[in-house]
Formats: sequence, structure tokens, C-alpha cells
Amino acid sequence: MSRASLFIPLGIFLLIVSVGYIGFSLDNRNELPSALLHQPFPEFSAGVLGDPDRRVSKADLLGRPTMVNVWATWCPTCKAEHAELMRIAELSDVRLVGVNYKDVAAKARRWLVDFGNPYEFVIVDQDGGLGVELGVYGAPETFLLNAEGEVVYKRVGEVNRRIWRDELAPRLAQMGVYKMPAPETENSTMGSGR
Amino acid sequence: MTLRVLCLMALLTAMQSWAVSPVDVYTFDSPEQQQRYKGLIAEFRCPKCLNTNIAGSDAPIAQDLRRTVHRLVVQEGYSDQEVRDFLQARYGDFVLYNPPFNSRTLLIWLVPLGLAIVGMLVLFGLLRRARQQQAVNLDESQRQRVRALLEE
Amino acid sequence: MIAELGQLSLALAACLALTASAAGLFAHGPSTQLLRQSTVSMVVGQFVFAALAFTALVYSFVTDDFSVSYVATHSNSLLPLPYKISATWGGHEGSFLLWILIMTIWMLLLTLRRDNYPVRFFSRVLGTMSLMNLGFLCFAIFTSNPFERLIPMTPADGADLNPLLQDFGLIVHPPLLYAGYVGLAVPFSFAVAALLENRVDAAWARWSRPWTNFAWAFLTVGIALGSWWAYYELGWGGWWFWDPVENASFMPWLAATALIHSLAVTEKRGTFKSWTLLLAIAGFSLSLLGAFIVRSGVLTSVHAFAVDPERGMYILIFLGAVVGGSLTLYGLRAYGERADVGFKILSREFFMLINNVILVVSLAVVMWGTLAPIGYEAISGGRISIGVPFFNMFFVPLMLLLGLAVALVPVLNWKRTPWQSIKSTLTAALPVSALLGGIWWYTTDPKSAGVLAALIVALWIVATHLLDLVKRLRQSRSLPLAYVGMSLAHIGFAVSVIGIAITATQSVEEDVRMAPNDVTTLGVEEVRFLGVREVQGPNYVAQQGVFVVTNGSRTFELRPEKRRYLAGGNIMTEAGIDAGLFADTYISLGEPLDGGAWAVRLHYKPMVRWVWLGSLMFAFGGMLAVMDKRYRKLRTRRDVSIKAALGSGSAG
Repeated sequence: MSRASLFIPLGIFLLIVSVGYIGFSLDNRNELPSALLHQPFPEFSAGVLGDPDRRVSKADLLGRPTMVNVWATWCPTCKAEHAELMRIAELSDVRLVGVNYKDVAAKARRWLVDFGNPYEFVIVDQDGGLGVELGVYGAPETFLLNAEGEVVYKRVGEVNRRIWRDELAPRLAQMGVYKMPAPETENSTMGSGR
Repeated sequence: MTLRVLCLMALLTAMQSWAVSPVDVYTFDSPEQQQRYKGLIAEFRCPKCLNTNIAGSDAPIAQDLRRTVHRLVVQEGYSDQEVRDFLQARYGDFVLYNPPFNSRTLLIWLVPLGLAIVGMLVLFGLLRRARQQQAVNLDESQRQRVRALLEE
Repeated sequence: MIAELGQLSLALAACLALTASAAGLFAHGPSTQLLRQSTVSMVVGQFVFAALAFTALVYSFVTDDFSVSYVATHSNSLLPLPYKISATWGGHEGSFLLWILIMTIWMLLLTLRRDNYPVRFFSRVLGTMSLMNLGFLCFAIFTSNPFERLIPMTPADGADLNPLLQDFGLIVHPPLLYAGYVGLAVPFSFAVAALLENRVDAAWARWSRPWTNFAWAFLTVGIALGSWWAYYELGWGGWWFWDPVENASFMPWLAATALIHSLAVTEKRGTFKSWTLLLAIAGFSLSLLGAFIVRSGVLTSVHAFAVDPERGMYILIFLGAVVGGSLTLYGLRAYGERADVGFKILSREFFMLINNVILVVSLAVVMWGTLAPIGYEAISGGRISIGVPFFNMFFVPLMLLLGLAVALVPVLNWKRTPWQSIKSTLTAALPVSALLGGIWWYTTDPKSAGVLAALIVALWIVATHLLDLVKRLRQSRSLPLAYVGMSLAHIGFAVSVIGIAITATQSVEEDVRMAPNDVTTLGVEEVRFLGVREVQGPNYVAQQGVFVVTNGSRTFELRPEKRRYLAGGNIMTEAGIDAGLFADTYISLGEPLDGGAWAVRLHYKPMVRWVWLGSLMFAFGGMLAVMDKRYRKLRTRRDVSIKAALGSGSAG
């Protein structure tokens, strides 16, 4: 047993400690990476909130960059992000579609009347079946699709100003549905957002 | 900071009450099918919970996933592997308690095997040293006897 | 007022810990008598103040002092008294105070036996333990103070203890588990002291053994109680989930089991010294790693305490310093011996080696499975889960191999065993066990190869140990306690193996809809549902189901409940269990369905109690093994020192 080999346990231990340390630097431990990233949005067929005769499917999400937002009236965080969604609907050209997840239709309609409706239309997912197809495990969750229907970004949790600024705005700008404002140091006013 | 901690604590306490085991009353076409269902729901991790399988959690997502597994097994006739593939495609590797066997996870599977092999090598190595030392010791004792004889 | 006294006591204990570690570890003066006495009294002082602090916290709970934040978040005025007391360790801060108290109790017990050990060595031991205690106390005082006040926002009533914790399990499991976790600090301190003194020998091993075995026994019982508690409380009929927190307690246990065997070899044969030292350091290091896993939030678990990364970081740094320091000391000072391998393959030494290798490999596999998901996430950004299927796949074969080794132990001698002894067991005990095992396996349904192997191995273990016992009695040879302890422990292992094999494969579970007066079959039993009625508990209201179960000629009643706790509105199900030596019947209520019917879960679990009975047997066996006379106090040493003191004329 050479002297050097007696230090092997110390080496192994330092490895273990570094794993522990790494564990800290990994934040967002409660968010799972999406299995749908860079995959096509799944096929589906569902009803629409407020329009009992209309059915929508994946085809209704193609052709334009689309943001699919999963929400429910029983979810307090959804209420918190609602104002931001209203703002996004106004600022950009992205098609905002809602998915009312495991909710009561009458309550959802009421909610949109009371707090405003940023969505072009709202898909009804009463039993959570579409949610399972999307890998949803809790509201709110938001998917960003390109014009071909591929998922380019998924957010688990609320869409707030930081997410808008760091994740959504650049991508929307890249897809041509949002014009980034000029930097504030220059004395320019914001464009019309086209 | 304290507020965040308190909220987290409250959330964790709330989640704990979902750790009690739920009872679903499903019908199956055969006892074998029921066994398959029970085996499968124990294999998948609830995506939202604090490390429980979907069999053991009352959380809404766990209920949805159990219902999904039941539908796949009973109505759609999926095989066990097809059910696993279905859930993995939607929720990722995280939802499988048996990590997948692919190029990225190869190490995860090989290390325990490697450890067992290292253990065996250690045993054999010590065994061989024992045999060698045995030979040496015998020589030693023989030499001593010779010396003793010479002293006489 | 009392809470402030508690805080003060903690601070005083920390001061004493500081001085005790300094005195024990660094003072080398010629006046060793003074040195020893002062360290001892500082250790006693640590115990006194830790006990005072703990009592202060318990007092706050018992008197419903909701101005103390910890009491407000973990208690309620309606909580029954036993749970108010045990709620003291129901959360992170209080349980850590319990940890500290138990540390001081172990130190106190050490001081009662101080005459057995050389003075300077013993001071080092106390110094090391006080240093550990200092770390814990600083952690408690600076990051996890249980005595923080909620003034002026004092709530009128508390948030209530989590209903899952309002149970006998909380009263017994943490204290016994911590007694084990913390108890491993004793062999750790003995190892560090031996390295510092450069005296690693058979005597050191003999001194360490009683403490190690008792700490190990407490840890065994603590883990078994945790498993039993989870079984009857959580309602899914399982008793082990390879959850990170469970693994956090299992890893030190595996190391400690290897240690108690390795110490036996070092004591009797003087070999394996460096290895035993390393195991002694590893045991407590794994306890600390376990504390880190449970309290830092790095791994998700339903058993984990409320998390705070700041605390986790502190524990990690403490862990790094303590273990890093001791392993560095090991690297520098460990006896770089060329292992004197003067034994053949068929010898106790070699089989102890097999035991150690299997246990350490198992330990490594469990650690790998627990920590690998973090590494995977760091490297690839994806998230994976490692759970029951993975762990069982590796652990079960390893344990079966270990079982094979255990079976041969009674017929093995030290150094070398004549082939004759082995042959007798192979031609008699093994075939008989194989036959009995095969017959038993044949009666099982569904069948599995694993169960067949487990039954044969377990029965063989029982056979060889009983046969050897009988042989000794017939030869009128003495039965030392060490021998009885070993046999009991190994047979207990076999009992657990049988319990695990049978319950894992033969359990029956049914989820059914039952209306009042419905009857259903559960395995060999018949269950009749009589309906649900409302009952009132001390701090809850419940829907109580009444079931009549018939098993052959025996009929009994089970009353599972669905409780709603008044304080927090939490809903919890309490299963109705008929506990039998050979099978449990286990019923829990689900949701009410239409027409007065209920969703009901029924379990029939054969041999499940054997899992824990076996572990109680081997814990007890381990304790017996060190209650031998040779470990008891050496009176002569004290007489010598008193005579010397009287002779030299100085005061004792």
C-alpha cells in the first residue's frame, strides 16, 4: 500500500463533495426540461371556449408563430401572469392561444370577461388529456411555436417581465412578430411594433 | 428571503398531504392486465411531487397519468414498453424510475457493474497475495528448522 | 423567557465545546491529570447545557408558547400532549437540537468509561467529539435557531404538526435513528485519536468495538422503525422506496456493518488496520453526508425537511472540513502496512473480507444511484430519475452473494479451515435447505427465481448456525456471548431475507368499490364492509369504515379512517391493520363513491413483519456480541492509578 494510494479515499470524497456543490448551482429544480423541445406540436382535436360548435386542431396553430398558454381559474399564478399576457398580446404580433386546463367552462368565460381576454381563442381541455400530450404537469405553462408548428421554447411557471425580456422577446423578434425597441440610451421612441 | 422560505415550507407541507396513497377503482379485462397496470404505475415518477411514483400520489397530474396508463393498457392495448415510450416522449426521461439505456446514460448503468468487478478484482488480488506469502512463510519456517538443526 | 434561557444554554454549550476541543486536541502538557479532568468536566458541561436547551424547547411546546416561531409552525393547542413533546423534533431546527443532545449523551457515556483508556488518547477522543459538537452547535445557533421569536406578530394558535407526524413513529424513530447516526462519531473519534497518537493496534480495535456495535444497533433499529412507520402510515403497503433520505440513513449503516466485522478481525488477528480505520472514518462521514442530503434540498424527497440552500451550504462546508481533514490525516498517518495476508481462502479472515467488499460495493452502488442524477443534470442538462428498479437490480444479487458467505461462517476457522468441516455442511445442511426451500418455493404463486434463491440461502444460513450451536452444546463447550450474538444476528439476517422475498412477491392488493354489506375476497380471506360512521378524535373528525375479515376460523374487525384535522384542515387516511406474525391484513379508505359506496384498498401482506423482526434480531445480536466480559471495565487500571495517586501524595 503506497503512501499515494492512502489518499485515494480523500480524492473520492472530494468528488462527492463537488457533486453536492453542483447540486446547489442547479437552480430551477422544480422545472423539468420539456420533452417536446424542437419536436412538432402534437396532433389534437378539441372544443373552443365560448363556441360550442367549433372544433380546432393542430392545423389552427400553424402558419404563424403561436404562443400556447396553459391556464386555469384555480391557479393563482395564472392570475399573476395575466397582465403580462395582455401586454404581450398588444405589443407583439404573435398569435396567443389559451388552453383552459382542467377547469369549469363557465368560470373560465367569467374570468376572461372580468380580467380581459388576450387570446385569439381558448382550447378547452377539461380532463387534462391535451395536457398529458404536452407534458404539462401544473399550470401555468407556456409553449412557443414557430410557423411550422415546432415547439421552440417552453416555460414552466408564470410569464413575467424577466421571461419576456430574456426569453420571449428575442425569439419573437427572430420570428418576425415583434420589433425589439431601440436601446434607451438613444433618444428614439418605440416603433409601432410591426 | 424569509418570505420565500415560508412559502416554500407551506408548499411543501401542502404537498405532503398528497403523499397518502389514493385508491382508484378501475375495471380490467383480466387479472394479468391488472397486474401489468399496477406494475406500470409504480414505475413512473410523478412529475410534480417530491419523489413519489404515480401510484402513490394524490396530485392531479398523478391521477391524470394513472388514468392515461389505464386507458393505454385496457382500451388501446399498449404493451408495457409502448406505455413507457409514450410517457417518456411527453414527459422526458425524468418520469422513468428506471433510467433509459442510451449513449448518455450508459455511464449510469456501467458504473455499478464496474464497482462490482473492482470488488471481485480486489478479492482475487488479495487471494493471490495470500498464496504468495504462504510460499514465502513456508520457506521461512523451513529455514528456521534448518538453522535449529544446525545449532544442535 | 424560557426560550431565551434555551438560547443562552446553547451558546454556553458551544463555548464549552470550543474549550473542550482545544484542551482535548492540543494541550500536551505534562500535567495530564489536569488535562483529563478538565476535558471531562467540559464534556459534562456540554451535556448539561444541551439538556437545558432541549428542555427549554420542550417546555415551550408543552406550554403552547406560540411566540416561539418554531413552536408556532409545528404545534397547535389541540395537539395531544405526547405529540406536542415529539413535535419538538418534528422539524429541522428542533430535530437538530435533538441531534446535539444525543451527541452530548454519547460523550457523557464515554466519560463514564474513561478509566478503560489511556489518558492522552481519551482526551483526543473527547476533543474530536467536542469539535464535532462545536460544528453542530454553531450550525444550530447561526442558521437553525429553534428559539427565534415571533414578536410582535404572535399568532393566536399554531399551524399544527403535519398529521403524518402525529404518530407513535415520530416519538421513537428520530431519537433512535439519531442515536445511531451520532453514535458513529464515537468510532470516528477513536480512529482520529488513534491516528493522532500514532497507535493503531488491536487494543484500539478492542476499545472501539462496544461503542461501534451499540451505535450500529441503534442505527439498525432506527432504520427499521422508519420503514415500519412508513409502511403503516403512507398507505401503499410498501416499506422501502430507495428514496434519497432513506438512502442517506442506509449508507452509514452499510459502512457500519462492514466496520463491526472489520473491527472484529483487527481485534483478534491484528490485521486490516488501515482498512478498519478508513471504515471508521467513513461511517460518521456518511452520517454527515446523510444530514446534508436530508437538510439541504439538493435532492427531492417527501421525507426531507424544509429546505434552505444557505443551511445546506454550511453543512457541505462542515462536511468538507471534517471529512477532508480526517481523510488527509489518514493519508498522512495511516500505517502503510503490507497487509499480512497469512490466511487461506477458506478462513474467517477471507470471509470477513468478502463481507466487507460486498458491503462496500453495495454502499457505492447506493451512493451512485442517489447522487448520479445531480451529476447527470450538471453535465447534460437533462433530468433523470433513479428509483426502485435500478437499486433492486444491483442490490438483490449482492445481498444473495453475501448470504452465501454468511452461511459458511459457523464452520470456518481463523487462518485455515480443514476441508472436512466444509464438506459436512455442503453434504448435509445445504441439500436439506435446498429441499425445504424448493418445497416452500413451490407453494408460492407467482413464482420467481429470486425467491427460490433467497429461500435456499436463508434456510442454509439458519441451518448452519443452528447445527453449529447444537454441536457446541453437545460437546459441552462454553457459549460465549459473542458467539450467541453472532448466531442471533446472522439468523436475523436470514429472517429478514425470507420476509423480504415473500412479501415482495406474494402480496395481494385489491382496489375495489364496496357498498355496505358487500363482500369481497382478498387472497385467502373474506372481507365484509359494514359501512362508514363518523367518529371524533382529540383534534380531528373522521369517517371510520368498519370491516369484518374472516381468515379460516379467525374473524377480526378493522377500522380504517379518513381524518380531517381541525387545526389545519388537512385530510389524512389512517389504515386499519391486523398485524400477524405470518401475514398482515391492511385496509385503507379511498374516496366516497355514489350510493354510499366507497373506494377501498385491501392488502394481504404475508411475512412482512419478518423484515423488521429480523432486523431487531440482528441489532440485538450485535449488542450481545460486545457484552462479553472482556469489554467491561478493567478495574485493575483504576486501582493502580488510585494507589499511585495516594503514594505520590497528590490529590486524585
